[in-house]
This record gives sequence, C-alpha cells and structure tokens, in this order.
Amino acid sequence: MPLLWLVLTVLALAAAGFFVARQRALASAGGEARKLHSLPSYYGFNAVILTIAPAMALIAIWAMAEPTLIEWRVSGAIPESVAADPGARSLIMADVRRIAEGLNTAVEQGALTAEQARDIGGNIAEVRAQLAELGILLGSDVQPEVLEAAQSYRALGTTGNTALTVLALLLAIGGFAIAVMKSDSDFRARNSVERGVLTILVAAASIAILTTVGIVLSMVFETWSFFGMYSWTEFFFGLEWAPQFHGGSELGLLPLLWGTLYISFIALLFSVPVGLFAAIYLAEYAGRKTRAIAKPMIEILAGIPTIVYGLFALITVGPLLRDYFAEPLGFGTSASSVMTAGLVMGIMLIPFVSSLSDDIIGAVPQSLRDGSLGVGATKSETIKKVVLPAALPGIVGAVLLAASRAIGETMIVVLGAGASAQLDLNPFEAMTTVTVKIVGQLTGDTDFSSAETLVAFALGFTLFVITLGLNVLALYIVRRYREQYE
Amino acid sequence: MTDAQADGRPEGRPANSILTPTRRMKRRKAAEKRFKLYGMIAVTVGILALVFLLTSILGRGLSAFEQTMVEIPVELPAETLDPEGNRDPAEMQRVTTFSYAPLVADALADVIAAEAIEIEGLEPSDLGGFISQEAAAQLRNFVLANPEAVGTTLEAELLAGGRIDGYMKGRVTMETAALDSNVSVEQLRLADALEEAGYLKTSFNWDFITAPDASDQRPEAAGLGVAILGSFYMMIVVLVLALPIGVAASIYLEEFAPKNRLTDIIEVNISNLAAVPSIVFGILGLAIFINFMGLPQSAPIVGGLVLTLMTLPTIIIATRAALKAVPPSIRDAALGVGASKMQSVFHHVLPLAMPGILTGTIIGLAQALGETAPLLLIGMVAFVREYPDAPPEGFFDPASALPVQVYNWTQRADPAFVERASGAIIVLLVFLVLMNTVAVILRRRLERRW
Repeated sequence: MPLLWLVLTVLALAAAGFFVARQRALASAGGEARKLHSLPSYYGFNAVILTIAPAMALIAIWAMAEPTLIEWRVSGAIPESVAADPGARSLIMADVRRIAEGLNTAVEQGALTAEQARDIGGNIAEVRAQLAELGILLGSDVQPEVLEAAQSYRALGTTGNTALTVLALLLAIGGFAIAVMKSDSDFRARNSVERGVLTILVAAASIAILTTVGIVLSMVFETWSFFGMYSWTEFFFGLEWAPQFHGGSELGLLPLLWGTLYISFIALLFSVPVGLFAAIYLAEYAGRKTRAIAKPMIEILAGIPTIVYGLFALITVGPLLRDYFAEPLGFGTSASSVMTAGLVMGIMLIPFVSSLSDDIIGAVPQSLRDGSLGVGATKSETIKKVVLPAALPGIVGAVLLAASRAIGETMIVVLGAGASAQLDLNPFEAMTTVTVKIVGQLTGDTDFSSAETLVAFALGFTLFVITLGLNVLALYIVRRYREQYE
Repeated sequence: MTDAQADGRPEGRPANSILTPTRRMKRRKAAEKRFKLYGMIAVTVGILALVFLLTSILGRGLSAFEQTMVEIPVELPAETLDPEGNRDPAEMQRVTTFSYAPLVADALADVIAAEAIEIEGLEPSDLGGFISQEAAAQLRNFVLANPEAVGTTLEAELLAGGRIDGYMKGRVTMETAALDSNVSVEQLRLADALEEAGYLKTSFNWDFITAPDASDQRPEAAGLGVAILGSFYMMIVVLVLALPIGVAASIYLEEFAPKNRLTDIIEVNISNLAAVPSIVFGILGLAIFINFMGLPQSAPIVGGLVLTLMTLPTIIIATRAALKAVPPSIRDAALGVGASKMQSVFHHVLPLAMPGILTGTIIGLAQALGETAPLLLIGMVAFVREYPDAPPEGFFDPASALPVQVYNWTQRADPAFVERASGAIIVLLVFLVLMNTVAVILRRRLERRW
C-alpha cells in the first residue's frame, strides 16, 4: 500500500521535525528554556503542524479528486464509435476499470511482470486467459479500444501516484525546513501553534456544513438528470407507481406519499396520546420511585435499533393483527400492512414524544400550577386548563419532530408495510412508502443511467425537503416557546 | 338557636359542605381519577410494549444459540479421498464435497444398522437430508487440514439438517413435517430414535457467533462471524473519526466561536443533521463515497464514514453539554495564572469534561451500531462468506454488519432464518446493553458535581 507508506513517511518526518526544531530553539537560547518566547515543545509542535498539514491536505484532496479526473480523461478518450450513449459509456468504463485493476493484481501477485502487463495490448484472448486465472471475468467481448483505455487508465494512475508522492514529500520537507529555520528564541511558536490548532477546530466544525452540502449535492445532480428523463409533473402528480425493466415505467410519487403519510398518521395516533399521557403522569402524578423506574424503562424503547422493531413487526405484530383482526373482520389476508407498520412505529415514537413533552411540561413554572390549585382547581383541571395550554407550543414542536421521524423511518416499513404501491384506505392492506422504494430502487443491481434508479434520488430529495421543513418548523416553535419562560 | 337546623347549618343555605360531596364535586373527583388512570394506562402501555417486544425476540431467538449435532463415527476411505495415495493436501483438494456427502450418509446408515433402528417407510434418500449439506464441507476441510486422518474412522460431530434441528427445538412438528417437502415424518422418527440411542446431542452453538453466513439452503450453518467483524471495523472507523472531529468541533463552537453568521449556520446545520432521516445519509454515501470517490461497495470504510457523519451531531451535542458543565471559575483560574485561552481549554476544561464526552461518544457508537438503512444502500446486503483481512486492508474488503445481517436473514424463505435473525438481534442487543452499561458506569464513576 504505497499511500500508507507515504503517510507513514510524512509522519516520521514530522516526528523528526519535533525534536530537531525543539533542539534548535533550545540551542539558540543557549540551553535555557526561560529565554525562549514559548515553551520548548511548542517549537516542536510548530514543526509537526507545518510538516503534516500541507502534505496531508494534498493527499486528501488528491485521494478525492484523482479517480474522477482519471475517469474523465480516459472516458473522453474512448471514441464515439465504441460508446454511443452515456449508458454504454459507463458500462465500458466499468470494463476498463476491471481490466486495469485485474492487470494490477496480476502484477502484484507476480503472474505478470510490469513490462508484460504494459505490452499485453495486442492480444485480447491472452488478457482474458490471464485474468480468468486470477478469478477476474471479463464481459462478453472486449474491444481493442477498451483494452487501450485500460492501459492508459493504468498509466495515468501510475503517473499520478508518482506525482503525488513527489509533491507530498516536497511539501512535507518544505514545511519541515521552514519550521526548523524559524525556530529560534524570538520566534512566537505558541501563537503559531495556536493559530494552527484553531484552524483545525474551525475545519472540524465546518464538517457539519460540508455534510449538508454533500447531502444536497449528492441528490440535486441525480435528481436533475432524472427530471431530464422523466417529466416532473408526472413524478409529482402521477397516481401510479409501476417501474418496468424495459422503460415505460410509471413513477408517480403520490401512492408512495400516501402510504408514508397514512402510516405516519397511524403511528402518531398511537404514540401522541400514549406518550403525552405518560409524560403528564410521570411529570405531575408519579412519585419519585415510580418515576425513577418507569422513565428509564420507557426511554429504553428509544435506544432499541429500528431493525429490532422491524423484525418485531414482521414476525410478531403482523401475523397477530392478521390472525385476530384483519382475517376475522374480512379486511384482508396480508401480514404486512399499514396497521402493522403504524403500530410498531407508534411504539418506537412513544419515548420520543414522552421525553420531549416531559421536558416541556417540566419547564412550565410552578407558580402557574400553584395559582390554579390555589383557586380550587383539581390537579387534572390544572393540567388541562393551565399546564397544557402553557406547554402547547412545545408539545406541538415535539409532535412535529416525531412526525418527521415517522416519515423518514425506513426499517420498520421495509419489514412491516409491504412493497405494493397503492392508494387505498384499508389500514390492513399492504402499502409502501417513499423510504421503502428508495431502498428498493438502490439495492441490488443498479444502473445509474436509468430513470428507475435515479428516481430514488428524486424520492430522497423529496423526503429530505419534507423532513427538513418539519424540523425547522418544530425547532422554531420550540425555541420561541422556550424564550417565553427563561 | 331556633333558626339553626339539626345538622347545624343556617337556614336558607344549600346543603353542601366540604365534608359532604355534591354531585358536581363527585363528577370533578371522578374526572380527576379518570385522568390519572389514563396516565397510568399510558405508562403501562409503554412498559408492556417494551416487555412484549423483548420477550417476543428473546423467545424466538434464544434457540439460535443451541445447535443439534449428530455424533457418529465416519469412515474416511483412502481410495476415494486420496486416490493418489500420497496424502498431499494439494492433490486431495481435487476431491470435491460431492465425494464426501455419501460418506456421511453411509455413516448414518451404519449407525442405524448397528443400533437396529427400524423405521417404517424410511427411504435411503432420507438419510442424505438428515444431516446438513454443510457437514460434507466441514468434513472435507477437516481432512484437508489433517491429511493423516484418511483411512481411519473419525468420531465426527456433524451439523444436523435445519428441519431436524427445528424438530429438536420444537419449531418443526410431525404435522408441519407432513406438509413440508424438505423433511419427512420418517426423518423426524429417526431423529427420535437416534436421540434415544444417544447420537443426537444439543450443544452451545459457537459457530453461530463465529462462522460466516451460509446459503439459503443451510440455515443451520449460518453464523454472524463476518457481520460482527464488519460491525467492529465500522465502529473503529467511527470512533477514530467521529471522536476527534466531534470534540474539535464542539471545542470551537463552545469556547472560541465568535457570535457571527458562520457560527449560526454551523449550529443550525448540526441541529438539522441530527434529525435528517438516516436513509438520506445512505444516499450521500452511495453518491459521494462510492460513485464519486470510487471507494469499494460493501466495505466497512464506507459504512464507517457514513455512520461517522450520522453520529457526529450526537457526539457534538453531548460534548458541548459536557464542556458547558465545567464551571467558568476553572477557566478564569487558568487564565489568571497566565495560561493562554488555548492552554486553559486543552489543559483544564477538556480533561474535566472527558467523562461526559466519553459517555456521549459511547451512546453515539451504540446508535451507529444499530443503524441499518444507510448500510443497505452502500451494498452491505451482499452475501459475504469471506472474513475481511486484518486492518487497514480489511477496511476495504467486503463485509456485512450485524443489523444488515438481520435484515438479510428476514428476506430468506426458510423459516429457520427467523430464528437466526432473532438470535442475531439478541447478539446486537447484548452489545448495546454492554456499551450503555459502560457509559452509565463511566458517568457514575467519573462525573463531578460542581
């Protein structure tokens, strides 16, 4: 792993820089640390930062940009006659990568020498045989252009790697040299180090922004190309979801959105009353001991992974609802249904609603309660007429957050709700959601040039926008309410 | 005293007192009781749901930790296993599992003959299906590892078939077997007879924890080894990336950030990221890490990166709370004796906030360990039988993950996989309980109240 060696070399250089710079600074002060501007180790750390930071930044940027750059150059070099449309081009590029990687493994394992691998160009049958021996199977017919592209892919990779090694080492040595030369008793090493550390801290904090940007970018481009293939009006207002393998798919959002909202509605119908009453009981009625036991127990529900709820829906709740409700009442024979997913999701959301509401009820000032009790209201009247109205904005915020959770939940609906997209009112019927279809369209064999795959990005973007809207609204409401009493 | 009535109430006053409840008061009291009852019911519903969930999973999954084994002597004839006769493993490699399968069936037939077990309607073909298909492969591996065993008779412990295993655990009954094309009633009778004769044994199933996944036909051989290793690798990646980045970001936001636009944007971003659906992070991973950066599919490094981004908000929120809990007097004292702002934070505030940070990190890790949806999108559903290599190369090898393995098993037809999936959930929950316990203990031990 040459990259690993490069990183290790830079680290070793940095370690050497620490001691050399520290030594040099001490020597310039005649061995008396008191005469230095900063503590001796700061001179060392200054050298470490100057050696590592530029080189590592280069390596990181290179690692991210290199594959795309090479891909772009090689893909551009493939003639139109071989790859007519973008789809065929991406398939050919996959072949190119496989051949290139195959040849590299062949060289690594010693089956071919580097020269042999480079000159193998002419004979395709030979390449096929060589790669097959290593367990790499090539697609149907490999054209000479593809082989040529694979060779230039390898060549670019090797050149790039050499360039990176040289550049990174130069940067590291340069940083090392500058730091060591600057290290004398007047140099403000501490200020320099602290500036460096602060930059690192700012960079770490900016990752949150980068993530959001990454999320948006990763979906915007693919969504854009999806709307280039499929009309956006049909996506947003289409009443039918029926992807086909050979084109002509109906990719309407509405049935999925209906399933999502229906399931979320049932989940909230179950979790909001239960969670709210549990919060009221624990905050206002329960004794210290009951609270100490019951509150953590309910909160355990929040720590259970959603796959566990999914399995619970699949093997326990689904069959139970089917055998005792749906079949006797004639509602259907499906174990996976809106009801199954909704109920289990409701259980998952109980702690979510209850702990948020508990916090909010706890934040209502005691004086309001005392006033109400003082004029003769019972405890429940106080709660209903005074505490809840005061806490209402916060509770609405909690419910909105829970709704956003429900809409974005995946595993419970994948395992509990079924996969058939339909606009139906029967809660014991299998329905599907946006998240289920994202999983469905993006797992298994995916072809990133077909509308059937790209629709997942449009679905994801829709989901992201809806949940983001709910979150922002909820946070806004909660924050405004908090300011009232603090 | 003539205007006072017998009960002491003045004339003309209605007959109510605090001591004698009126109808209205009774109604209000009843409403109060009802309201309190609703609350109690809600709490009970929550707790019952938890208990029901856990018992249902435990009830179905515990049996996955036991496995029925058939202990029979198996002859290893030299003429079929080592036709060249020189005990060279490289040459014995050519003998496939197809040659081993009859040995197992023959061994079973020998035992039946030796014990004089007679079962009406038992076909010779039933013997083949009685023992798992995996047994032949295990036997072959054993022989290749110990070539000198060829020609001797081995006291072998072989996996019983999935349905036989189910019968011993009560999942399969005579009635279901009659309807099932994969098992016959005669085979179950044979199982009874063999158990009586002491050849069938149920033992703790270590293979469930260490072995890799197995194909659709062999639920009895499926294990969690690759999944546990994959999850472990991802947790390493998350810990190595999320802890330093999260702590650095929190220190900046809590201690250094000026009140300006940028800080505001970062703060809003973090609180929003905490509520973005996890599947969206999966799309991010697929588009950026796999399609754009060209990292391999199903690799723990990609899973780790995605989970890092998901866990960061949790760690940042916990770390900021921990930093905020350190009293300002500590900072003031450090600054007062001449430390720089940076020194006061790194030498004094950060060490004091460490317990809180560690607790938050462990809770974030526990959350990441149970996350499934984003991993489905980055190809971790693939069927992986090879253990990944040791790090760092292993981070780029295909692997599975615990929760994804559960999902994978629920998608298979054989009902024995439901038992496996529930068992895998138990393993997952054990890890989660351990992590949370460590977090609680850390908090109790190290937390300081100021």
